[in-house]
Amino acid sequence: MIAAVATPLLRFAGVRIEAVGRARAGSPPLLDDLSFDVAPGEFVAVVGESGSGKTLAARSILNLLPEGVRRVAGRIELEGRDLTQLSGPDIRKVRGAQIGMVFQEPMVSLNPAMTIGRQLAEGLQLHRQWSSEEIRRQSVTMLERVRITNPLRCLSAYPHEFSGGMRQRIMLAAVLLLKPKLLIADEPTTALDTLSQREVLELLVELAHDDGAAVLLITHDLGLVARYTERAIVLEKGRLMEAGSTRQILTDPRNPYTQRLVASLPRCDAAGTAAPASAPIVVEVRNACIEYPGRPGLWGAGTPTQVVHGVDLDVRSGEIVAIVGASGSGKTTLGRAILDLKPLAAGSIRFDGIDLAQMTAAQRKQFRRAAQLVFQDPYSSLNPRMRVRDIVAATLRHAHLDAADRAARVEAVLAQVGLASFGDRFPHQMSGGQRQRVAIARAVVSRPRLVVADEPVSALDMTIQQQVLALFRKLQAQYGFACLFITHDLAVVRQIAARVVVMSGGVVVEEGPVPSVFSDPRHKYTRELLAATPALEAAALMG
Amino acid sequence: MMDRFGHLGWNALIGVPLVAGLLVIIGIGIIWMPYDPIAIDLAHPLGSPGLYHWFGTDEFGRDVLSRSMLGARISVLLALATVAVAITLGAVLGLLAGYLRGWTDRLLMMITDAVLAFPGILLALALIAVLGSSDGSIVLALSTAYTPSVVRVVRATVLSIREREFIEASRTAGDSPFETISRHILPNVLPPVVVLATSLFGWAMLSESALSFLGVGVPPPAPTWGNMLSESRPYMDVASWLSIVPGLCIAGTLLGVNLLGDALRDWLDPRRQT
Repeated sequence: MIAAVATPLLRFAGVRIEAVGRARAGSPPLLDDLSFDVAPGEFVAVVGESGSGKTLAARSILNLLPEGVRRVAGRIELEGRDLTQLSGPDIRKVRGAQIGMVFQEPMVSLNPAMTIGRQLAEGLQLHRQWSSEEIRRQSVTMLERVRITNPLRCLSAYPHEFSGGMRQRIMLAAVLLLKPKLLIADEPTTALDTLSQREVLELLVELAHDDGAAVLLITHDLGLVARYTERAIVLEKGRLMEAGSTRQILTDPRNPYTQRLVASLPRCDAAGTAAPASAPIVVEVRNACIEYPGRPGLWGAGTPTQVVHGVDLDVRSGEIVAIVGASGSGKTTLGRAILDLKPLAAGSIRFDGIDLAQMTAAQRKQFRRAAQLVFQDPYSSLNPRMRVRDIVAATLRHAHLDAADRAARVEAVLAQVGLASFGDRFPHQMSGGQRQRVAIARAVVSRPRLVVADEPVSALDMTIQQQVLALFRKLQAQYGFACLFITHDLAVVRQIAARVVVMSGGVVVEEGPVPSVFSDPRHKYTRELLAATPALEAAALMG
Repeated sequence: MMDRFGHLGWNALIGVPLVAGLLVIIGIGIIWMPYDPIAIDLAHPLGSPGLYHWFGTDEFGRDVLSRSMLGARISVLLALATVAVAITLGAVLGLLAGYLRGWTDRLLMMITDAVLAFPGILLALALIAVLGSSDGSIVLALSTAYTPSVVRVVRATVLSIREREFIEASRTAGDSPFETISRHILPNVLPPVVVLATSLFGWAMLSESALSFLGVGVPPPAPTWGNMLSESRPYMDVASWLSIVPGLCIAGTLLGVNLLGDALRDWLDPRRQT
């Protein structure tokens, strides 16, 4: 118990944060009486789902609360100094220099108009009196530490030249250059695929350890908590639910909410059912090659880039097949091609035996009703100007139903997804999970033969993820549609699919029943992917 | 309901009465005006506002109130027609450019940029010089000058909307491109277009004054607020009401229309209807 004896690095004492403004009067505080300590060099997780106030807590440390939100009580101390009493110029000296922050979205947290070198130098110029030669030397060393190959070239490069994972490592370099005592990482890897996620987090842990910095990891992912932190603080709706060692919280949670959270962690059971070999093949992909057109020059199109190379795939009726792969593996593109939203450069896709490229107008109409899509982002997939009822009914617009039948069917499906009274709502009046239910209702209302689900739960919180997956399984069992489930999350695969197809670099590298692929992966890439998936079992062994 | 009204707030509270007042004045003007707005009375030039001529008389002794009432009709109709043509044309071209992309887009953008490179008023002047000065040619000239900015706004909005996933969802539901555009893209393009339309309305009114000032506007003796304003210039120090009355008319109308536009945009936004 070092934390109890020494002065804590960071101390929250009775911090209360409220939304201000007349509309909010009387609503519960966003963060209620939050107290906890972080010892120097300690790795602490702040766990919670969206709306739990975890991000607000992180932002309040640097006095970076969004407009309309105010800290109304409590102290936040850094090494005994109350940060809440600091003036603007004083807190700016703390930001960056003593407390560094890594944000969620590597795609937008770097300035696209500035070279990496200038962005790295920015903080140093502000907080250190170093010559530009020294700054350059330090930047290169730091980039080497975050394992950027060719750091000299990186200094003069722009953010768009790097992938999400690399950008996040550059972000990390920029923050660690100032040797902060505390590193706040707000969902630093949520936007990354499993492999980059592991890479970035291991690097973060390693570097923070080397520099003796404490880390406050804000996350909704218990798998990450288990793997990388020593202590955890669980928040729900602005209240502290439980605090303690990570091990205790994960293996012996005492608070009911924490218990629910831990229970929603994916485990190795409850896989989808395999289709009998006699079931008819719904989708038959043969040697599919898909290209993106090149950047058009002044005259004509550029050279196209091939993103899917010669993929074969069968999906049988009533079967859930998962396609796994990192971003850029071509899995989403393949899903789009199967729905005839993207043309093939070569090969063929047959739906119920009919080649998509040679459908007649009538066949295409039927195909559009029989093959549906569920998207990843429930914020972008629903038209903000339509009511839920109309969004779901839109799928039936071209079906031969009279108005009463159509309305009845829409209501029935809404009831099935647990949104019976939501027909009149607009998308913005619903949570992410509810929106995703609408998206699922929209897909199944036409009683499709095939549903392509593109990362349908990756934008959702853990407990919501479980509910949506359960709903998906229920509807699949009931309607018996074939399903192509695209995801980067192996834990999700285990819960929903019977068969898995692993894609990497536009080709299928491994394929087979979920249990055998997971227990005995044959391809190197599959093994890496499995190793990078944070799971509770591994953590329990580790602790 | 009260809450919704409160949300619309000042925009609607000020904008609606201003525009309603304008319409009432135009309406009265159709049925009755205190004097013949083009009847010259050389016995009473530059008469100051009083019991018989509420807003005074101009240099030819014409009643300023009557002229303002007729001017309202002409100015508002011209501005409305200009905006209607520019928005319709601009929306169609913008939708085509944004949705079809490729060569259609490039060609349309080349033309648009070329037109945008001309100062609007210069372009209108040149067109009127060719077409001759008439109401129709003013509308045509001004709307030609304004269409490119509408195309730009609509195209930019379409480009961002068409990448949203509900567009793809509409395609998987079997909608034709026309249905996708009309049901899913158009409603989302509407808010910026409404705001643009109201500000264009103001620009059209001002440009019409500028054209009148340069002598190619609505030909006299027909009054518009613009040519009343420009004709008042020599008498500003002796008969200030000649500038103040049409000036206030233009200012009030623009304020009303712009506020109404903002209120309309808010009202169209489903997020307001909680």
